[in-house]
Amino acid sequence: MPAIPLNKAPQPSKTDPAQIRNFCIIAHIDHGKSTLADRMLGITGVVEARNMREQYLDRMDIERERGITIKSQAVRLPWKSGIDGKEYILNMIDTPGHVDFTYEVSRSLAACEGAILLVDCAQGIEAQTLANLYLAMENELTIIPVLNKIDLPAAQPDKFAEELAKLVGCKPSDCLRVSGKTGAGVEELLDQIVAQIPAPIGSANAPARALIFDSVYDTYRGVVTYVRVFDGKLSPREQIQMVSTGVRHELLDIGVISPEPVSSAGIGVGEVGYLITGVKDVRLSRVGDTVTSYHNPAKEALGGYKDPKPMVFSGLYPIDGDDYPILRDALDKLQLNDAALVYEPETSVALGFGFRCGFLGLLHMEIVRERLEREFNLSLISTAPNVVYRVFLEDGSERTVTNPSEYPNGKVARVLEPIVKATILSPTDYIGTIMELCQSRRGTLGGMDYLSEDRVEIRYTLPLAEIVFDFFDQLKSRTKGYASLDYEPIGEAEGDLVKVDILLQGDTVDAFSSIVHRDKSYPYGVMMTTKLRELIPRQQFEVPIQAAIGAKIIARENIRAIRKDVLAKCYGGDITRKRKLLEKQKEGKKRMKMVGKVEVPQEAFIAALSTNSDGESGKTKK
Amino acid sequence: MEKPRSSAVGALSFYIHIPYCVKRCGYCDFNTYTPQELNTANLSLITTPFIDAVLREIEMAKKFVGALDVPTIFFGGGTPSLIPSSEIARVISKVRGEFNLEPGAEITLEANPDTLSASYLDELVVAGVNRISLGMQSAVPHVLAALDRTHDPENVIKACKLVKDAGIDHLSVDLIYGVPGETIEDWQTSYESALSLPIDHISAYALIVETGTKLAARVKRGELLIPPDDETAEKYLTFDEAAQQRGFNWYELSNWAKPGGECRHNITYWNGSQWWGVGPGAHSYFAGKRWWNVKHPNTYQNALASGNSPEASSELLSEANKRDEFVMLQIRMSEGISLSDLTQEEMAKVAKYRDSGHIEGANWDAGHLVLSRTGRLIADRIVREMLV
Repeated sequence: MPAIPLNKAPQPSKTDPAQIRNFCIIAHIDHGKSTLADRMLGITGVVEARNMREQYLDRMDIERERGITIKSQAVRLPWKSGIDGKEYILNMIDTPGHVDFTYEVSRSLAACEGAILLVDCAQGIEAQTLANLYLAMENELTIIPVLNKIDLPAAQPDKFAEELAKLVGCKPSDCLRVSGKTGAGVEELLDQIVAQIPAPIGSANAPARALIFDSVYDTYRGVVTYVRVFDGKLSPREQIQMVSTGVRHELLDIGVISPEPVSSAGIGVGEVGYLITGVKDVRLSRVGDTVTSYHNPAKEALGGYKDPKPMVFSGLYPIDGDDYPILRDALDKLQLNDAALVYEPETSVALGFGFRCGFLGLLHMEIVRERLEREFNLSLISTAPNVVYRVFLEDGSERTVTNPSEYPNGKVARVLEPIVKATILSPTDYIGTIMELCQSRRGTLGGMDYLSEDRVEIRYTLPLAEIVFDFFDQLKSRTKGYASLDYEPIGEAEGDLVKVDILLQGDTVDAFSSIVHRDKSYPYGVMMTTKLRELIPRQQFEVPIQAAIGAKIIARENIRAIRKDVLAKCYGGDITRKRKLLEKQKEGKKRMKMVGKVEVPQEAFIAALSTNSDGESGKTKK
Repeated sequence: MEKPRSSAVGALSFYIHIPYCVKRCGYCDFNTYTPQELNTANLSLITTPFIDAVLREIEMAKKFVGALDVPTIFFGGGTPSLIPSSEIARVISKVRGEFNLEPGAEITLEANPDTLSASYLDELVVAGVNRISLGMQSAVPHVLAALDRTHDPENVIKACKLVKDAGIDHLSVDLIYGVPGETIEDWQTSYESALSLPIDHISAYALIVETGTKLAARVKRGELLIPPDDETAEKYLTFDEAAQQRGFNWYELSNWAKPGGECRHNITYWNGSQWWGVGPGAHSYFAGKRWWNVKHPNTYQNALASGNSPEASSELLSEANKRDEFVMLQIRMSEGISLSDLTQEEMAKVAKYRDSGHIEGANWDAGHLVLSRTGRLIADRIVREMLV
C-alpha cells in the first residue's frame, strides 16, 4: 500500500512545493464525487475504515440529504507514488456542484493546478459539469478525464470516453476508469494526479499572498477561512490583512485539514490550509479575497475577486406573525456563514412583517429557506421569486426594483432586466421541444454543438426572469428528465415589461404583484385570477378578483357571495359537538389573513405564490 | 364534581330516547337499531326490559336532582311509535310519580305516519301525550325514495286526521329539503302539502350528509348528487315566506309555529334550560354539567340492571363554554340576543352584517341582534366571526 503514516508524511510549512499537488474534482451532482472522495480518504489512510461514514466531507445535514455539496473544503492527503516511489502531498479541494455557486467554483479552481473531470459512465456529462470544465480550462488547469461507476451494469465507458476525449482534447484511451464504490482504479488515479498535475510554483521569500477559496462560520471557533498560499508563508500569531476589505486580523490558529483540522507551524508556498482569526462574520473574510501579512504586505492582490451579487429576490414572511423576531435572528445567524445572502425588512399589507431576501439563484434560495425552516423551526411563506430590474423613469431618474410591488406605475422610459447565457445538454431527440420552450421564454439561440451522435449542447440567451419562473421544471418534464441546464449572467437587456397587479375587491394584494413581459401579461392575469377564484373561499359578499396593468383591468373573476353556512339541526345531542367545532375553528383562525375585508387562508397564499420553480428538484439524489 | 344546585334550579325536562327502528334510513346517523341488528325477530320481545331500564334511570335522576318540576317530556328516537302505548304510559307515570309533572306539561311523541292507529292514539292521550311529531320528510315519492323512506304521502294526511280525531291539539311535521334529485318545484309541492295539514308546528331541515351514513357513501361514489348550496338556500327563503303567509312564524332557524304551537321542549335546548336525556346515547345537561349515556341498548340496560349509571362521559362547562353556547344557540332564535349581552368587540365585528341585511336593522336599532332570513342561512359564519 502506498499510504504513508501521517506522522511520517511531509509536514505542513516544511513541504517542498515540488512535492505538492493541488487538485479538485469537477462532477455533476450524482456522478459519485463524494464516494470517490471517501475512497481517497480511505486509500491514503487519513480516515481509518472504522471512522468512515458516507459523504465524509459534506458537513451540513442538507448537504448529506440532498447529496449536494454547497460549500467546498480541502483535505491534505499524503501519498507515496507507485510510479516514482516518492512521497507527495495531495490537496483535494472540494468544489460546490451547482449553477448558483459558479463564483465559488471559480475560486476553488483558482486554488488548483489540476482538475479531475469525473463523469458517471452510465449517464455522460451534464451541463453544469461542462460549464465548470470550461471554467477549469480557462484557468489553464490540467484536466484528468475520469469515468466513474465502471462497476455499474449500465456503464458505457467506451461511449463516454469518446465524448470526454472530444471535450478535453485527448485520446479516449487517456480517460481513466474507476469505481469510487469498489475502489477499482483509484490508486492509479492518485498516481496520475502526481504524474500529470504540475507542482505549484511560488516565491517563498516574497510577501505572503494566499487566496481565500472558502469561508465557513463555526459556532465554536468563529469563521474558518480556507486558503491556498501562492507566495511566502503564513504563521501562527501573525497579523494578517485582507487586501480588498483592508480588514486586519490576528492569526489565532492555522493548520491543515486531514480530514479533521490539525494545527501547524504555518503553511507555505503551494500549501492549502485553514485560518482562524476569531471573526464571527464570513463577510469579513470573503471568498476570492487575498490574505497577506500586515507588517510585510504584498503590493498586488491575486486576481479575480468579486463581490457576491444577489440575482434572485423573494419576500420571506413567518406564517405566524409572532415569529418575526425569530426570523430576523435566524437570518442574522445564516448571514454569518453566507456572504451571498442579503436581506432587508419589508412590510406587506397581505403578509405582514417579513424580509426581502436576495440570493445567488434558485437553489441558494431553496437552501436558505430550508435551513430557516429546519434549523430555526420556522414556518414561512415566500413570495414568487423575481429578478432585479433597473427602471429608468421619464424624468431621467433611475430606480432599482427588487420587489415587484415597488415597480413604478406609469412614466417608465425603459427597463433593464438581467440576461443569462444558458447551456442545455440533452439527447438529440428533444432538440425541438427544448427550442420551443426557449423561444416561448424570449430566448435567442446562440448555437448548437453535437457532443456525440446522440447528445447535443444547445446555447441560448434568455432573460433570467424566465428561468426563475418554472423553467427548470418545464425543461425536465419536457425531456423526461434527460436535459441538464446551466446558466451564467451575462449582463442586462431592455425588456418590454409591465407590472401586473392583482386586486381583491378593489384592493391591490402586494404579495401577488408581478413584473412580466407585455405579451404575457394577459395570460398571467387570467392564470392568477382563475387560480385565486379556486383558492379563496366564498365570503358573505361578492368578491371581484381583477388583474390590472396600472388602471387598466386585463382579467376578472368573481367569487360569489356565500348564501348558506349553517347546519340546520341543533338539538340536545348536537350542542357539545357544535361548540367543540367552534373551539377548533378558534385555533384555525390564526391561519387566516385579512386583505381589506376579504379573509384569505394561508394555504391560498402559499398555493397562489408557488411557481413550481424550485431549481434543484430532480437534481437531488433522493 | 360541581355540587348539583337542585334547590335553586327549578325545572327539569325529560328526553326519552327510543333506540329502535324497523329499518335504517340512508341519511340517518341517529343512535338507533333495527331488530335484525339486535338479533330479535320482534321488538315487542325486548321492549319491556328496555322500558324497565328507562324507569330505573328516571329513579336515578330523582336521586340525583331531587323532585323538580317537569315542564316537558319528549319521546324521540328511533321510532317511539313502535313502542306499545302501555309502555309509554309506564314512563309518563314514572316521571309523574318521581317528579312534579306540571299540569299542562307538554308531552310529545315522534311517530311514523304509516303505523298510527286510532286506538293507539287514544291510549296515548289517556297516558298524557298531548303533542305528536310526524316524520313526513317530503310529499314527493322520488325524494322519499332518495331518503330511503317508503311511506305513501297519502298516509301523512290520514295520520294527521287520526291525531286530530284523537283530540290531540298539537301536531307537528318534519320536512327535509336539499335532497339529491329534489327540484325547487318538488320542494314547493312538499311544503305546500305540509302547510295544508291541520298542524300548528313545522320543522324544515336542510339535509345534512352525515359521515358514515349510507347516503354519504353514495354521494362519495357519485351515485347521488347533493344540490348546490345556493339552491338549498333558495329553498329555505321560499319556504320561510310561504310558512309566514300561512301563519307559521319562525322561532328557531329550522322551526316554525302558529302562535302557541312552539315546541316548549326543544326551546329548553336553545335557551340553556336543564334536561335529562334518558336512554342509550342520550345527552343531559344539569347544573353546568353535560353528559351522555353509553350508546348500545344492551350496554345501557346492563349498566342499569346492575345498579350503575349508564353515563359514558361528561364535561363540565366553563363560563367561557357557556358563553359560547349561549351565543351559538340564542342567535338561532327569533328573539335573538340582546346587544347588552355582547361585548363592544363582538358588536363591532358583526355590525357589517347589519349593513349587508343579514341582521334585522330595526331590531338592531332597538337593541337586539336578530338574524334576517338571509342571515339565518349564514348563522354559523356569523357566530364564528363573533366568537373566533
